[in-house]
Amino acid sequence: MIEIYEPYIPVLLIAMIVVVLAGVILLANGLLGPKRPTRLKGIPYESGVDPVDSPRHRFSVKFYMTAILFLVFDLEVVFLYPWAVNYNGFLADPGFAATAFGSMAAFLVILALGLFYEYKRGAMSWD
Amino acid sequence: MFEQVMFWLFGAGAVVTAGMVVAPPFNRNPVHAALALIASFFCMAGLYMLLLAHLLAVLQILVYAGAIMVLFLFVIMLLNLGDHELGKQSSSVGQMIGLVAMAFVTSKLVVTLATSADSLPHGADPAAPEALVRDGFGTVATVGDAMFRHYLVPFELTAILLLIAVIGAVVLAKRNL
Repeated sequence: MIEIYEPYIPVLLIAMIVVVLAGVILLANGLLGPKRPTRLKGIPYESGVDPVDSPRHRFSVKFYMTAILFLVFDLEVVFLYPWAVNYNGFLADPGFAATAFGSMAAFLVILALGLFYEYKRGAMSWD
Repeated sequence: MFEQVMFWLFGAGAVVTAGMVVAPPFNRNPVHAALALIASFFCMAGLYMLLLAHLLAVLQILVYAGAIMVLFLFVIMLLNLGDHELGKQSSSVGQMIGLVAMAFVTSKLVVTLATSADSLPHGADPAAPEALVRDGFGTVATVGDAMFRHYLVPFELTAILLLIAVIGAVVLAKRNL
């Protein structure tokens, strides 16, 4: 019964190596590394100038826009992938070839409409 | 034996890390909660792998741990709550009720899982999950074939859904332009 999971054994092995190695390194650092913290060591260092402000500034919503648009087109690629894998098989089926091409074309056109809307509304410009 | 061990490993990992997302045990740093959420996503991918849902397992990591996670991190960065806004971690009546509810759901889940072998199809061997699924189950080719031959309308509707997401994001973020 383990045979069906065989392709995953290398993945599992590398995951185990990663976890164990990271754990060992963190543990060894925590146990062996000398720690003598002072207030001066704790403040952020920037070219010898004392910090004048908190580094915790809020980020602009523009970054969030970029992220959400990335997510949408990331999902588009997710749907393209199973289509691409099967496309040769779809083409071999004469009754289905046009549907297979048309469905993905419609999918891409609908998402391109979103891209066009975004461009017209100026969501792509940074200012 | 192998998949039982892996199931309990991934399942316990998913539940524990999900608990660390809701109630971070060490501090209230939201980035730590986001890291726990990534661990939870990986455990879920492991569970999908055990269910032979190969494409789903890969997409779980690619989309959730890769893309959805970015959104959570951006929200954390947008709000950028310091210790002052987050306040002190305190125990309250609400947390006690939540703890009791969680204990109830967990015990219910354990009981259901412990007795779930009875709900398998007649004559199926719980130790041989590959016998329950068709050849090539869960692979990219099989999922893609089903998607385009049998679920074409839902697939096209996904495009509409994503379009709505794009427009919604633009409208919300660019309202004041």
